[in-house]
Amino acid sequence: MISEPALDRLWAMFRAPDLAGTRYELLSELGRGGMGVVYLARDTALDREVALKIVDRVDGGAETARTADTRADAVRALGHEARILAQLEHPGIVPVHDFGELPDGRAYYAMKRVRGDRLDRWLAAGRDVAARLAVFLRVCDAVAFAHAHGVVHRDLKPENVMVGEFGEVLVLDWGIAQLPARVAEGRGGESIAGTPEYMAPEQARGDLEVDHRADVYALGGVLQSMSEGPALAAIARKARAPLPAARYQSVQALAADVQRFLAGRAVGAHRERIVDRLVRVGRRYRLPILLVLTYLAVRMLLLWLARI
Amino acid sequence: MKKPLFATLLGGVLGIFDGLTALFTPEVRSQIVGIVIGSTIKGLLTGVIIGFFATRVRSLVVGTIFGLAVGAFFAYLILLANPGHALNIMLPGSLVGVIVGYAAQRHQS
Repeated sequence: MISEPALDRLWAMFRAPDLAGTRYELLSELGRGGMGVVYLARDTALDREVALKIVDRVDGGAETARTADTRADAVRALGHEARILAQLEHPGIVPVHDFGELPDGRAYYAMKRVRGDRLDRWLAAGRDVAARLAVFLRVCDAVAFAHAHGVVHRDLKPENVMVGEFGEVLVLDWGIAQLPARVAEGRGGESIAGTPEYMAPEQARGDLEVDHRADVYALGGVLQSMSEGPALAAIARKARAPLPAARYQSVQALAADVQRFLAGRAVGAHRERIVDRLVRVGRRYRLPILLVLTYLAVRMLLLWLARI
Repeated sequence: MKKPLFATLLGGVLGIFDGLTALFTPEVRSQIVGIVIGSTIKGLLTGVIIGFFATRVRSLVVGTIFGLAVGAFFAYLILLANPGHALNIMLPGSLVGVIVGYAAQRHQS
């Protein structure tokens, strides 16, 4: 009789990729996604740790026509992701170092090993709103850069953002990212992929017209998960408008409204009451208002002293 | 808002209030318009000088002391033209300088 932990170990050994013949040495498993598994590995040529994303084994049995097709799709998708990442050189997008095939035929690519926390865990640690929004704006920068290169991420969510030990912010998992041209050709709509909670309605319906505004919608969801107060809620609501035309028309426009909020200015998405406006202006000009009041208090004191 | 503009506006606002406090002194109440205009100009000048100084020197202590010196200097000029009100002229004028000097250093452009 084999115990359950022993079975698990055997299964893990079976699933572990064979890196023989490559420059990588397997260290541990970092995470598992829909398309592949990410392992921590050592690049023996450069003596550094990297993250290896490898297409997962389709099943434990013999290869059938169906599993062969599935694996071919997964290999194609991984290659697609690696090529997209290779085109996007940006400090907020995890860089790809290498792409290749393992002896067992599975495709892999090597990328920078990011040390830090996933955004959802980073947020759970309790951060002030300025720090949270600073991270959000860095995510917006990276996504806007991708959009400028014609790439739509399509699966933005806190779980796909890493916040590094030194404050670096990296957008990960470009596995279902799409070039709008491909979507327009009709190949992008062949399957509905993404995370329902953050997925734009048109993406969920599998429309062909999914463009960069689907990422604006998802970023609205990310903002909603990290913000508080009516102004930020209004920004998130506008970003998550069901109709793409009612959303911010670009990630830059969304980021600009968040920056206006951070600077204590009125945000475009929120019509504030007079009381709210007074409070906001009071906060923004707190120092000069306090100084003028201090001056008046001292001046009154001097006048009173002169009279007695 | 840039430091010189911030300091100038703050100096001007404090100058207006400074002038208006003359309303509490019955013997000069009739000259209130001239006093308010004069003290506003004094506040603006104080703010301009302190604001430009703050763009060159980044030190809260030095900036505040410089503000005190500028405020006291302009107040002294007013005192020369209006002898006999030393406390009412020198103290508020110097205080305006201190406040603007401090605020200009603290303000983030």
